[in-house]
Amino acid sequence: MAQFMTLPEAVAQNLNSGDTAAFEGFTHLIPHASAHEAIRQGIKDLTLVRMTPDVVYDQLIGVGAVRKLIFSYAGNPGVGLLRRLRDSVENGWPNRIEIEEHSHAAMANAYEAGAAGLPFATFRGYKGAGLANVNSNIRSVTCPFTGEELAAVPAIRPDVSFIHAQKADRKGNVLIEGIVGVQKEAVLAAKRSIVTVEEIVDDLSAHPNACVLPGWTVTAICLVPGGAHPSYAHGYYSRDNASYIAWDKIAAERGTFIAWIKDNVLDAKPEDFADRIKHLRSAA
Amino acid sequence: MSETDFTPNEMMTIAASRALKNTDVCFVGIGAPSAACNIARLTHAPDVTLIYESGTIGTAPTVLPLSIGDGELCDTAVTTVSVPEMFRYWLQGGRVTVGFLGAAQIDRFGNINTTVIGDYEHPKTRLPGGGGAPEIASSCGEIFITLKQSRRAMVDKIDFFTSFGHGEGGDHRERLGITTKGPTLMVTDLAVWKPDPVTREFTVVSLHPGVTREMVQAECGWTVRFAEAVEETPAPTGIELKTLRDLNARTKAAHSGGKSGEAA
Repeated sequence: MAQFMTLPEAVAQNLNSGDTAAFEGFTHLIPHASAHEAIRQGIKDLTLVRMTPDVVYDQLIGVGAVRKLIFSYAGNPGVGLLRRLRDSVENGWPNRIEIEEHSHAAMANAYEAGAAGLPFATFRGYKGAGLANVNSNIRSVTCPFTGEELAAVPAIRPDVSFIHAQKADRKGNVLIEGIVGVQKEAVLAAKRSIVTVEEIVDDLSAHPNACVLPGWTVTAICLVPGGAHPSYAHGYYSRDNASYIAWDKIAAERGTFIAWIKDNVLDAKPEDFADRIKHLRSAA
Repeated sequence: MSETDFTPNEMMTIAASRALKNTDVCFVGIGAPSAACNIARLTHAPDVTLIYESGTIGTAPTVLPLSIGDGELCDTAVTTVSVPEMFRYWLQGGRVTVGFLGAAQIDRFGNINTTVIGDYEHPKTRLPGGGGAPEIASSCGEIFITLKQSRRAMVDKIDFFTSFGHGEGGDHRERLGITTKGPTLMVTDLAVWKPDPVTREFTVVSLHPGVTREMVQAECGWTVRFAEAVEETPAPTGIELKTLRDLNARTKAAHSGGKSGEAA
């Protein structure tokens, strides 16, 4: 059953150095506040999983918290490449991370297999694709009914998944709205899960078919308004595209990156996120 | 800029937009494809179904999204599904007629690299990777590609096969058991290209107004083949240009909003 606690408590109790962790969000609802708390607590040696690692994974990689990255698209969407990731892969700074690279279809299927309790996922994919030659976890199975050869990848089973959601009720049931991405699967596939929310309410007022994670599927819930910034929370605040564009310059040099991390992460706290989204609040 | 005066980029976007039909269901790549697809929707193909891999189906944004998951896409969509459902039911299920992709690096057979420049293990430049592209390339009915020409982008041999086009040409797709058409159209800032029916090598079928064969060759890393009858791409119409410029102006205004990145 979900426990309500502060974000520093939730990270301290559930995330350990050496864990496999997913901070999921598909452009929308990216759990920035949780990742920053992990950086502040000095967590190291992580195997990070995410379909679309963007600026927050650039930050985790840049501070040296990451040993291995399992992913399918690593970029700052619409802006460019991840410069801290590049510095790690191309120059080994601050350490050379190990890469396990997939396609989106593979990752989405692998999360679903994890949520479904299956050991692997199968799908029609990777035909003619070079990734199959460089990733030994991309294999194939033959359909026992038709004989068709299909791609196979291992299920994703994180030690802990972090997501951000719009709201939780007082029993810990969580509502996710808008672009729901792969977060439900990421939580159900993980051994432990931390959900930061914009608000805690008496009644979720959810549509009967809404994307709701029952409280008993979640380990901890933390109230962190603005906790997705500069990503967004549908119905609460819009995506801070200007910050994503600015990140390209901040991450370009090690020095500006280190200074930014000190000012915005190490010397900050989860409560600061509420201020960062004030100018992005939507009318909804 | 007057209605008859247009940039090569505008010509590229507009020529690419003309390829989409009103009945198409199109999986939209970010960047140049996104602009072309939305110009199609705002001009000759108002009922085209645009799908972004974030799960938004039938979206109709008023500004171009910066990412594939901007809230605008969800707000204006017919429905928004989870990412696993997007890739399983909709893409793999064979419900998408056209995949519209950009490319960091491409060869004459429409094979695309967005993974690395240089060796995979020790890359000179680590690019974002394939994202949805490997399965978009094999699951969509056909693939349209749009990119700005340069010798860096259009190369004799790509460094990595992120998504498979026509492979080594000919019937290579069939030999791998891929049943979809693959790349059937490439629109650059200089020309419109289609694959040769037999070799599958991209061949210039139309030059944009004012563009010469030499100009196309100068910005392409392989020896360019031209169709027997090379036509001139019709210039953008006034309405096409106005629609594109208005969309770009709205987009620019929307993306520069908010404070500049104190807390990315």
